[in-house]
Amino acid sequence: MARVVLVGNLAQVTGGVAEFDLSATSVQQLFRQLGELHPALAPHLESGVAVAIDGQIFQDALLEPIRADSEVFLLPQIAGG
Amino acid sequence: MAETNGHSRTNGQHYVGTRTVRPDGMDKVTGRARFGADFNLPGQLIGRVLRSPHPHARIIAIDTSKALALPGVKAIITRDDFADQPSEFIPAGEMMMNYKDVVRNVMAREKALYEGHPVAAVAATSTAIARKALKLIDVTYEVLPHVIDVVLAMRPGAPLLHDDLFTAGVEPRPDKPSNIAKRVEIKLGDVEAGFKKADVVVEREFKTAPVHQGYIEPHAALATVSEDGATELWTTTQGHFIVRAHCARLLGLDMGKVRVTATEIGGGFGGKTVVYLEPLAIALSRKAKRPVKMVMSREEVFKASGPTSGATVRVKMGATKDGKFVAGFAELKYQAGAFQGSPVQPGVMCAYAPYDIENVHVIGYDVVSNRPKVAAYRAPGAPISEYAVESVVDEIAKKLGLDPIELRMMNAAREGTKAAYGPKFGPIGLEETLNAIKKTEHWNTPLRKWQGRGVASGFWFNIGGETTVSLTVNEDGTISLMAGTPDIGGLRASLTSVVADELGVPYDKVRSIIGDTGSLGFNFLTGGSRSAFSGSMAIVEAAKQIKADLCARACKLWEAKPDQVEFKDGAVRPLGALGEKVKPMTVADFAKTAGKTGGPIGGVGRINAQGAGPSFGTHLVDLEVDPETGRATILRYTVAQDAGRALHPAYVEGQYQGGAVQGIGWALNEEYVYGDDGKLQNAGFLDYRMPVASDVPMIDAILVEVANPKHPYGVRGVGETPIVPPLGAIANAMENATGIRFTELPMSPPKVLKALKDKGLNRA
Amino acid sequence: MAKHHIEATVNGDPVEFLCETEDTLLDVLRDTLDLTGSKEGCSSGDCGACSVMLDGRLVCSCLVLGCEVSGRKIETIEGMAKGEALHPLQRRFLEAAALQCGICTPGFLVASKALLEQNPNPSEHEVRFWLAGNLCRCTGYDKIVTAVMDTAAAMRKG
Repeated sequence: MARVVLVGNLAQVTGGVAEFDLSATSVQQLFRQLGELHPALAPHLESGVAVAIDGQIFQDALLEPIRADSEVFLLPQIAGG
Repeated sequence: MAETNGHSRTNGQHYVGTRTVRPDGMDKVTGRARFGADFNLPGQLIGRVLRSPHPHARIIAIDTSKALALPGVKAIITRDDFADQPSEFIPAGEMMMNYKDVVRNVMAREKALYEGHPVAAVAATSTAIARKALKLIDVTYEVLPHVIDVVLAMRPGAPLLHDDLFTAGVEPRPDKPSNIAKRVEIKLGDVEAGFKKADVVVEREFKTAPVHQGYIEPHAALATVSEDGATELWTTTQGHFIVRAHCARLLGLDMGKVRVTATEIGGGFGGKTVVYLEPLAIALSRKAKRPVKMVMSREEVFKASGPTSGATVRVKMGATKDGKFVAGFAELKYQAGAFQGSPVQPGVMCAYAPYDIENVHVIGYDVVSNRPKVAAYRAPGAPISEYAVESVVDEIAKKLGLDPIELRMMNAAREGTKAAYGPKFGPIGLEETLNAIKKTEHWNTPLRKWQGRGVASGFWFNIGGETTVSLTVNEDGTISLMAGTPDIGGLRASLTSVVADELGVPYDKVRSIIGDTGSLGFNFLTGGSRSAFSGSMAIVEAAKQIKADLCARACKLWEAKPDQVEFKDGAVRPLGALGEKVKPMTVADFAKTAGKTGGPIGGVGRINAQGAGPSFGTHLVDLEVDPETGRATILRYTVAQDAGRALHPAYVEGQYQGGAVQGIGWALNEEYVYGDDGKLQNAGFLDYRMPVASDVPMIDAILVEVANPKHPYGVRGVGETPIVPPLGAIANAMENATGIRFTELPMSPPKVLKALKDKGLNRA
Repeated sequence: MAKHHIEATVNGDPVEFLCETEDTLLDVLRDTLDLTGSKEGCSSGDCGACSVMLDGRLVCSCLVLGCEVSGRKIETIEGMAKGEALHPLQRRFLEAAALQCGICTPGFLVASKALLEQNPNPSEHEVRFWLAGNLCRCTGYDKIVTAVMDTAAAMRKG
């Protein structure tokens, strides 16, 4: 089971739950599973979050694989100047 | 640098890492290069914008009849020419935009929300007629109370900008609207428990002034719309694909009918990532059926574009007596301008990023007030929060009697450190930059009275993102590279080196251009320190296609198997026994006979670049304070920053040097000055004082290279980070010189003089 | 009101043009004579991007009126290279990466050439104060000042 952590305001949507153990093997599956657990999260996931898998940040990377021992953080998206 | 990431290039590297002459340089030293305002079309009209004189006013009515009757006036647009947009965040390229706000920022609807807010625009046959027409437009305003300051804007009872703005990020949802658009926070560990372990706790409140990106080229756009809706636009922008997305959305156009060309761009620094004139020029041209050219004046640039947030920041940090940071708290209040969207989120995430701290809690507020909507500015949000933290770090060092570099070293984030914003860092170079600074002669030079030395570190995430490049092998073997991210600071030089090395061809046989939106697939904009990082990755992809294609063609010509050939040093080479029968074929050899072996040769790299490596830097500054005037003079400045791998060292140094000097301006002089009437009092370069050549010394640049393992050449973005450390470094040097901890930026002469007087220090 | 008819010399060539009283020399150069190498950054004489030589004197062309230049000699960035040969400053700016976005570059080149013509051996201090009227937001001035000093040294050697 991958460990999934919501960073920042996303945890407010889940009523304060910030950590999950999920069986997802891709970012897409992870979003689906989180959306089923907390339907209020779904629009936030759709509207764009960055995903850090084992320390590496991905933006818009639905098909990135997640391993069983991965640590995944969902972060606000980052742009720049 | 050795090859990283197991990526195998078969050719030797010859140009990457060298100081090649930029391909666009000749045009830029001869005056030939065409920037935004240098484009003209036959029959063009001149467009001008009528702007609100009030910082906050309801627009009761707009009567354009007198202006329309003026001979030479061909079109006028107002809010009625833009369909309203729903309040929802929808994608624009890679960004999420609330077009309800975007449509209101490009043209005021119900209310004018800042001095300079567009209210109408005119297209006429000359500038003089357009100006005259603006005066004939009759706008009836109901002037409303305004609020400029972020703290005042947060108070209950403050003049309300939007009656449908309810603070997001607080539970339960507030039942009354306010100017606080959003509350964000990050938490790591337990700060309260952390502070209990601390032997020393420092808490301070800081203020920073809003500053403008200060690009020397004002915004400019030239649009032409034909009767069938086909639209062409030339504009100075950091992202023409983003401009296309915004204009198509705001004006109801098919993207495929809108062709946007990015002109040469005269600086952006984040300020040219949004649209201002572009939708107005298209709307005017659509109405007038003639090309329309629009150029902002410098006053308009100051009043209605950029700047970045001013802010109020409270920082509280705790450390043990031997210097280990055990808790960090911060509360950030960032000005968004008239519409939500300050960079407070990255400010929150960056605040403690350079340090390994178990317990962190950072809260941020995004606050609207009657100022122009902020735009991105180099490492958006980071300089402000990191300035506050770096000031407090320095104070902790002083309290504990520790060397400020040693203290930073002791707490520095390194590979495996859990960043305060969540994930663990991969290989990063913060320690290396601290070490590099410590080893400089600069660090070890003695100072005199009224001189001070300061050091500070800084962090920016860096991003990758969607990128397309095309490589074409021309019939004579020369190479055309088309990239889609505008080149602001030498991008084409860096990318040309990568192409030359990948394909093993001479640098001067590669010609690189920035393609328009009709010539290339989607590209996210130049920003976030992504264009050289992502562009070079996409080139590797495109070159791989070409190499594979040439190998396949060689196999056909030589009747060989794939394992009997390889691409190396610019040619397909036969391996083993085959080598006795046939001679290697260069890229140019294939080009000459391409028609006989399968047709045109080329490759297109289409990627969503991931794996951007964070960049850390450390700055060291000496300054001298004149006790009679309060003026601080920068005496010496050294930047050390991790570039991963510098594709073009001179332009990487240039990023470090330019960022440092922008930071010097932010720290010492630049600020938006408002009167009680809510109007900007210094909308010009004379009074908005950016650093000039005589204000600054040489900026020594040290390129630290800790390879980014996720990039084929080891590259990290370098553009953003250099503006992060200067604010803290200079504040720390001021403290070192005067014994006074300045907590308000800019540390301009009047402020410094007053502080010296208050302490009885103003006599040398 | 009728336009003014002006005859002048630009980069050695005779020109004549019509202009309104309020048209600046910069307007005339850019919009009438199609010499867009001089840039408009502020139109108040603060940024130096429109620097040109007027009768051998360095001026901001946004602060000169078109109708003031009758019978006078104007030199712009477009006239700095002689045929194929770049001016040594242009060559050095290119080689030393003394430009990033390049919008301020024409102004810096014109101003630097004016400096070296009257002071072939300027100190760093003199270069920095001479160029204080030209704004650059990209480079931090380091490579520009270095390029001017290096060019001066090379030109002294001949």
